[in-house]
Amino acid sequence: MEGFLKTEEPDGFKPRIVGVMLAVLALFVLLVLRLLYLQMVMGEEFYRLSMNNSIRLQTVDPPRGLILDRNGVKLAENRPSFDVSFTPKDAGDVGRVLGELAEHLQSPSEDLLAKVKYSRGLAAFKPVLLKQDIGRDVLAAVEARRVDLPGVSVQVRLRRNYLFGMNAAHVIGYLGEVSLDELKSGDYPGLRSGDAIGKFGVERTFDGYLRGEPGGRQVEVNANGQVMRVLQTVSPRPGRNIILTIDRELQQRAEELLEGVAGAAVAVDPSNGYVLALASSPAFNQNSFVSGIASDTWESLISHPHRPLENKAIQGEYPPGSTYKIVTALAGLEEKVIDEFTTFDCGGSLHFAGRDYRCWKKEGHGRVDIRRALAESCDVFFYRTGQRLGVDRLAWYAKACGLGARTGIGLDQEARGMIPSSAWKKKRFGVPWQDGETLSVAIGQGYDLATPLQMALLTAAVGNAGIRYRPTILQRVETVEGDVVFQAAPQEAGRLPVSPRTLKLVQDGIWGAVNGDRGTARRVHLPDIEIAGKTGTSQVVGRKDGADDYIPPHLRPHAWFVCYAPVGAPKLAVAVVVENGEHGSSAAGPIAREMVKAYLRKAPPEAQRLAVVAGGNG
Amino acid sequence: MIDRRLIHNFDWGLLLIVVLLGAVGLTTVYSAVTADPPPAAQKMLFYKQMIWFGLGLVVMTASFSFSYRVLERWAHPIYIVCILLLVAVVVFGKLAGGSRRWIALGPIHLQPSELIKISIVLVLAKYFSKGTELRGVGLRELIRPMLMTALPCGLIVIQPDLGTAGLVALIAMTITLFVKVQRRTLLLLAASAAAVVPFVWSLLKEYQKQRILTFLNPDQDPLGAGYHIIQSKIAIGSGMLYGKGYLQGTQNALSFLPEEHTDFIFSVLAEEWGVMGSLALLLLFLVLILRGLSIAHRCRDPFGLILAVGITSLLAWQVMINIGMTMGLMPVVGVPLPLISYGGSSTLTVAICIGVLMNVSMRRFLVE
Repeated sequence: MEGFLKTEEPDGFKPRIVGVMLAVLALFVLLVLRLLYLQMVMGEEFYRLSMNNSIRLQTVDPPRGLILDRNGVKLAENRPSFDVSFTPKDAGDVGRVLGELAEHLQSPSEDLLAKVKYSRGLAAFKPVLLKQDIGRDVLAAVEARRVDLPGVSVQVRLRRNYLFGMNAAHVIGYLGEVSLDELKSGDYPGLRSGDAIGKFGVERTFDGYLRGEPGGRQVEVNANGQVMRVLQTVSPRPGRNIILTIDRELQQRAEELLEGVAGAAVAVDPSNGYVLALASSPAFNQNSFVSGIASDTWESLISHPHRPLENKAIQGEYPPGSTYKIVTALAGLEEKVIDEFTTFDCGGSLHFAGRDYRCWKKEGHGRVDIRRALAESCDVFFYRTGQRLGVDRLAWYAKACGLGARTGIGLDQEARGMIPSSAWKKKRFGVPWQDGETLSVAIGQGYDLATPLQMALLTAAVGNAGIRYRPTILQRVETVEGDVVFQAAPQEAGRLPVSPRTLKLVQDGIWGAVNGDRGTARRVHLPDIEIAGKTGTSQVVGRKDGADDYIPPHLRPHAWFVCYAPVGAPKLAVAVVVENGEHGSSAAGPIAREMVKAYLRKAPPEAQRLAVVAGGNG
Repeated sequence: MIDRRLIHNFDWGLLLIVVLLGAVGLTTVYSAVTADPPPAAQKMLFYKQMIWFGLGLVVMTASFSFSYRVLERWAHPIYIVCILLLVAVVVFGKLAGGSRRWIALGPIHLQPSELIKISIVLVLAKYFSKGTELRGVGLRELIRPMLMTALPCGLIVIQPDLGTAGLVALIAMTITLFVKVQRRTLLLLAASAAAVVPFVWSLLKEYQKQRILTFLNPDQDPLGAGYHIIQSKIAIGSGMLYGKGYLQGTQNALSFLPEEHTDFIFSVLAEEWGVMGSLALLLLFLVLILRGLSIAHRCRDPFGLILAVGITSLLAWQVMINIGMTMGLMPVVGVPLPLISYGGSSTLTVAICIGVLMNVSMRRFLVE
C-alpha cells in the first residue's frame, strides 16, 4: 500500500462518529414519525379495514386473441360465460347456503361441500369455484336469491367459442387447463392453476400471441363479500389477433369431401408456401374441449380406429406410391441415366434377381419414354431408372426435394417421413441394402414415407419453377387496435436441384396424366382449368401374385393424388391421401379436382357430395 | 490464560440489549408461525429458530474469544472463500422462489450472500486502516475498494437478489464515506454517475425499466408488491396505540401478510403490540446501534474503529430498510430484521456481528 493515509492516530475519526450518531437519530425519528402516522393518525381506518379483512385481489383475465382466416372470417372468438363461486368466510352458515345453492345448480350438495372443504385449508376468504358455465335460467335463479345466498358470487368469464365446430379442428386446435408440470417449468410466468392455455394446433403454437396479460383489481368488499369500492386497477392486455393463411371456404370444402373416409387434404399457394387448407379426417369438435372435455367423449376420441385427434396432413406418414415417381424422374434426368428420348419396354413386369417386379398394368405399356411413363405411371420404366440411379443418388434427390425432413410448419408433432439410404439400412438393421429394394423405393414403396404436406410442397415446387418454400400458416398478427405486430414473408427453403429442361419434362409428363388420352388421372381433367397432377396407390401390404384375392378394408392400399393448377402460373398445389382408398385416380383425384374448382372458380356449385369411397379402376 | 482485564471489560450492556432483542424476536416468530396451518409443522419453525439462537450464542462467543486483530490478517482469505462460495451458488445453488441463493451442505442450507456482508466490512476496514489522513482518499485509492465491492455485488445480482446486492454496496459506501473521500473525487464520482445513469437507462428494455420502477415504487404494482405493502400497512396501522394483543393479530392470523415470519415480522409485532411495542423495539435497535458506534468511538486502533463502524452500519441499514419497507417507505426487498426475523443464515450472521463488536469493545485497552 502506498501509505496514502499518513498518521496512525485515529482521533481524526472521532468527530465523524458523532456525526454518524446524529444521522442515525435523524433516520430513527423518520421511522417513528411514519409509525405514529400509520398507527395514530390512520389507525382507526386501518383497524376498520383489518377487521373486515376487506381488501381483496381480483384477477381480470385478458380476452384471448381472435383467430381469423385469410379473408378475415372469424374462426375462434370469446363468449361470456357465468361461473358460480363461493367464499366460505362471507357465508355464515355454510351448510344452509350450499344446500340451497345445490338445488339451483342441480348438483348434489355433498359435492359442493367437498369442493369447499378441500380448499378450506388455504384461506377462507378465497373464493372457491363451484360450477362453470351455468345456463341463463340458473343464472337468473341464483341472482334473484342473492340476498339469501351470502358468499355466493357469479363471475362473468370469457370462454373460447369456435364458430365452425369440427372445421379446421386440427389447425386451430383447442385450449386446456394449464398443468402443474407446465406451471413448474417456468415457461408460463404469471399463470395460475385453472388458467387456460393452448394445448394443440395454432392455439398452442401461437399461445404467446393469443394469451395476453392478465390485469387485476384491489377491491374493498363488504361483509357479504360484495365489492364496495375498487381501490386500484391494472387493465389486462388483450391477446393479439392472428390471421391465418387458411381459406375457410376451401378448408370447409376439403373437409366435406373427406367426410366418411380417413385421410388428409392439403392445399398450398406455390408462389409463397402459404397453406390454404390443411384438412384431416375424421375431425373432432373443438368446442367440446372448452369447459374441460367429458371423459367419455375423450375416451371415444382416443379409441376411434381412425384416430381423429391425429392431424394426418402433417403427422400421417404414408408410402408416397407413384407420386414419388416425380422424384425418380427428376433424379434420373438430372443424373443423365435417362434423357428425353430414353425408352424402356414394359411387358407388364420386370424380372430381377429371381423375382418378377410387376407393373400395375398387367398387359404392359409397350415402349414408353419419360413423358408417357409419368402420364401412364409405368412402373417398369421407373424400376429401370431406379436401377441405373442406385438408392443413394435417389435418396439425395428426394432429400433435396424436401422429403425425409420436417417442413417446419410449426404445428404439433410434425412427422419427418422417411427416405432410406444404404447407410441408413446398414445402421438400422445391420444388413446391407438389396438391389431389389431399390426397385420398390423408385416407385415410392418399401421404406419410403411422406406426409401429405411434404408432397403438396414438392408438387408446388414443381409447378413453381423449382422454388421450394417453407410452409407458412400464420399470415399476420395484429393488436386489438389493428396495429400489425408480425407480418409473414415467403421463406424460401431451397430449390429443386434440377435444370429448367428437366423440370419442363416432368411438368409435361404429369400434365399428360391429367390431360392425355391415356393419362391415369383423366377424370381429374377440367375443361376450363388446366391441371397437372400425379396419382399414387401405396401398398399397405406386399403385393402378391394372386392379386384377385379378397383384401380386408384396413389392408387396402392408400390412394394419393398430387396436383397444381392452373398450369403455367399455379395458384394452388394440392395433395390428397385417402387411407385404404385403393386407387389414386378414383378416391383421391376427384377430391383434389373439387378443391381446385372451389378455389379457382371461387363460386363453387352447390355442395355436391362425391361418392369418393366407391371403388373404380385407375 | 484469559486476561482478567478482558472479563472486566466485557460489554455486559451490549449483551443485555441483544438478549432483550432476541427474546422479542422469538416471541414474535412464535406468533407469526403459529398463525399458519398446520400448527404442528409450523411450530417446528419456532423450535428451529430457538436452535439457531443457541447456535448464535456459541458463534458469538467464538467471535470474541480471540483478538479481532487476527481478523485483519485473515480478511483477504475470508473474502476469497466468500467469493468462491458465491460462485458456487451461481453454479450449483439451490433454486428457491425463482432465484439461487443457497448451497446445500447436507441438512444445512448456507446463504453465502449473508457472509459476504461481514467479509466486505473486514477487507475495507483493513484497507482503509493503513493510516489516516484528514484530506481523505482520492480516486486512485478508491479503485481497489470499488472493485472488491463490485465483484460480490455482481455475483449476488446474478442470483438474482437485488436487495442484498444493494445492501452490500450500501455498507461499502458507508465505510468509504466514513473514512472521508476527497471533495474533488466525490464530485467527480457523483457527476459521472449522473452522466452514466440516464445512458444505461436508455439502453434498458421497456420491461426492465418497468421492473425497476416497480421496485422503487411498489404502488405501481397493486397486484404484487403493492398488495403486500398495503396489507402490511393495514397490519401496522390497525395495531393503534396498544395493539390487538399477543397472538391476536388478525392480519397475521389470516395470512394476509406475506413472509410474515421473515421479511414482514415487524408488521406482526406492530399489529399485536401497537405503538407501545413498536416504539420499544425501535428504541432497543437505536440503543444497539448507538452502542456499536460508541464502541467505535472508544476504540484506539484504526482497524478496530472502522470495523466497528462497518459492522454497526450493516446492522443499522438492515433495521432501517426492513422496517422502512414494512411501512411503505422503502422498496420491497428481502432483507431480514436482525435478531427478530426467522432464518438460520441471518441469525448466525448477526451473531458474528455482535461477537465482533464485543471483541472490539473488550480489547479496546489492549492495543498500544
